[in-house]
Amino acid sequence: MSLAVVVAAALFIGVMAYALFAGADFGSGFFDLTAGGAEGGAEMRRQIDHSIGPVWEANHVWLIFCLVTWWTGFPSSFAAFTTTLFVPLLLALAGIVLRGAAFAFRKYAPSIGQARVYGAVFAGSSLITPFFLGAVAGAIASGRVPADGYGDRWSSWLHPTSIFGGLIAVGTCAFLAGVFLCADAERTGHTSLLGTLRIRTLALGVITGVVVFVALVPIQHDAPTLAHGLEHQAAPLIIVSGLTGLATLVLLWRHRFRVARFTAVAAVATVISGWGVGQWPWLLVDQVKVVDAGGAHATLVGLVVAVGCAAVVVLPPLAYLLWFAQSATAEE
Amino acid sequence: MSLLALVAQPAGLLPAREQMAFSLGWHIILASFGVAFPAMIFVVHRRGLRGDEVALRLARRWAKVAAVLFAIGAVSGTVLSFEMGLLWPGLMGRFGDVLGLPFAFEGLSFFTEAIFLGIYLYGWGRLPPRVHLWCLAPMMAAGVFGSYCVVAVNAWMNVPRGFTLTPTGAVTDVHPWRAMFNGRAFLQFAHMWLGAYMLVGFVVAAVYAAGRLRGRNDAHHRLGLTVPLAFASVAAILQPIVGHILGMALGTVQPSKLAAFELDLHTEKPAPLRIGGLLIHGHAQFFLAIPRWGSLIARGSFNKPVQGLDTFPPQDRPPVNITHVAFESMVGIGSLLWIAVAIYWISRWRGRDLAERRWAQWCLVLAGPLAILALESGWVATEVGRQPWTVFGILRTVDAAGDNPGLWWVFSGVLIVYLGMTAGAWVVLRSMARRWRAGEEELPSPYGPAPEEEVAR
Repeated sequence: MSLAVVVAAALFIGVMAYALFAGADFGSGFFDLTAGGAEGGAEMRRQIDHSIGPVWEANHVWLIFCLVTWWTGFPSSFAAFTTTLFVPLLLALAGIVLRGAAFAFRKYAPSIGQARVYGAVFAGSSLITPFFLGAVAGAIASGRVPADGYGDRWSSWLHPTSIFGGLIAVGTCAFLAGVFLCADAERTGHTSLLGTLRIRTLALGVITGVVVFVALVPIQHDAPTLAHGLEHQAAPLIIVSGLTGLATLVLLWRHRFRVARFTAVAAVATVISGWGVGQWPWLLVDQVKVVDAGGAHATLVGLVVAVGCAAVVVLPPLAYLLWFAQSATAEE
Repeated sequence: MSLLALVAQPAGLLPAREQMAFSLGWHIILASFGVAFPAMIFVVHRRGLRGDEVALRLARRWAKVAAVLFAIGAVSGTVLSFEMGLLWPGLMGRFGDVLGLPFAFEGLSFFTEAIFLGIYLYGWGRLPPRVHLWCLAPMMAAGVFGSYCVVAVNAWMNVPRGFTLTPTGAVTDVHPWRAMFNGRAFLQFAHMWLGAYMLVGFVVAAVYAAGRLRGRNDAHHRLGLTVPLAFASVAAILQPIVGHILGMALGTVQPSKLAAFELDLHTEKPAPLRIGGLLIHGHAQFFLAIPRWGSLIARGSFNKPVQGLDTFPPQDRPPVNITHVAFESMVGIGSLLWIAVAIYWISRWRGRDLAERRWAQWCLVLAGPLAILALESGWVATEVGRQPWTVFGILRTVDAAGDNPGLWWVFSGVLIVYLGMTAGAWVVLRSMARRWRAGEEELPSPYGPAPEEEVAR
């Protein structure tokens, strides 16, 4: 196996981690947005603050990890990616900035009026970012990023694969967030929230699941390489994703929220890895293969060292942080 | 710069430059907090654990301030990583695998910082006190390591190495470790690291000096002033030494930048030190010249020549006035600050606390913005002084930029968002201070306390 493949695998693990962990943080924006008025939605919003407050910055760093690994490991394809997908990347970035800043400001806002402004920005931008990142993924997967860059700035992402990619990203993020918020609400004793959360999460799960399977139709024509991959090497993952997704719905229905977290993560992780495996061996579909995209050999070695260091230095405290956040009880 | 030269540039160049300078200049203030603030919180927190209630309260408040500042620092740092690709595809596409490795390690330290920040912020009352205190240590270490890595990339842009260019301009024979540990990185890092401690120390001290000016002369304000000022003072006194050592090699590695720093239009032997001055119609005017000192500072000898700008072809010269004024502002403010802190600590050692005096409190309030100005000037001087190159002598900034149209719109959007973020941070931090003064220590959620907390009371 070539080093480029190892680095690409590390990059893809970063993408998965970002989608799962930061995705759940972004998805909570949906519940914040739909929580209702300042009075009625207060408990939900406190729960969201409580759930993502300690972890969102650490989860966000996965994105930095992905960007850095990409430009260091596969520099020319990175430039092709940024020059072509300039617009959706910029919009995703705007969402990232507004989300982070507004979330921090809201926590210490002095009045309910200010909190509402920050809260609206936080919740709205939480939906913008996954949509445009999903669209970016759709553009790569449908072969619209030319190897030399400067592909069309609009038609590269305004097509069915990208639009469905964006919708699926928003849906999966919100679904994941819902499952985690259910478990958090149960653990911290906010049982009055559970009813709303559970119903909305179930609805999101059904809708997202339907969108994923509907998307398979236009992808046949719009992204044939990806469609072929999804029907062949990635088919088992898509099946597992469907099954774990269904299992999550059943568990939610039966109020088994703690276990549902695991099946929900599995469902989303298999969707994302389905995309990755489906477009294998392409880095930029139909344009550049992973094995041909690698930068200098010595740099790939260096990156493997960096990733190894990260696994030793970062993962244990990160695991502790996630456990720490999940073990919080009712107090602030 | 002539009008013709402006017309010939790609559409992406000027707005990309402005946007990069603006977003980097904004982020560097918050990055400095990320580097230097944890150490200051550590000092007061540790003191607090030994029984000083005032110090413990200060640590709790500073942690909340850090939560706000680090959040907007994290997102404005993300903007920079996007901009590397969005604004400078010519740099990243060609040299990504040469300069990228330090960024990968910087990502590692950013991870460490974000993880321990989360644990620290939410650890009050949940972790054993000493364990909780020591969560700040990885953040301090990440500040050192992370700023080394980022500055190493900048240093590499000044002294590019770790690769070979073929006659056709392709990059081969890449040695990323040599690029990461280029000869300038350590000194440049030390300069930035001290600059971060100066910025944060003087800014935080200025906040408490302003409080004392308004008559809040309690133990809280005295400690809040002394701790950051002590950090800033040590940094301010070491900074001229590090800066001078860093500058000594400039005549060899980047003579055009040195000539712009010192406003040396023609090679002179010995060269004078010019204080003030601008380049007007091709002549240096309005400066005070100290004979021979230019040679001493740049070359370490009263007799050695300093290479003038006229020895470089016009297309290889940096913009002189911006570079020179920024450089002199940095040095001027830096000198003022170290003289001021020296006077302060000498008189304190002799039993007189100048911080009791109104005029000195005013000086301390001013030192905050001045420290910011000095750090910004330093970055302007080194970045503009490197022009017209992005990678010195290898890649021109014209070739690093993309040709995306519409960048002025993007820049306008960035300005609006950053203006909003600045205003938001200002309003929120001011309101936190106001509520703290009103005795509201915990700053509950704006949606009111949770029901079970009400029951618990």
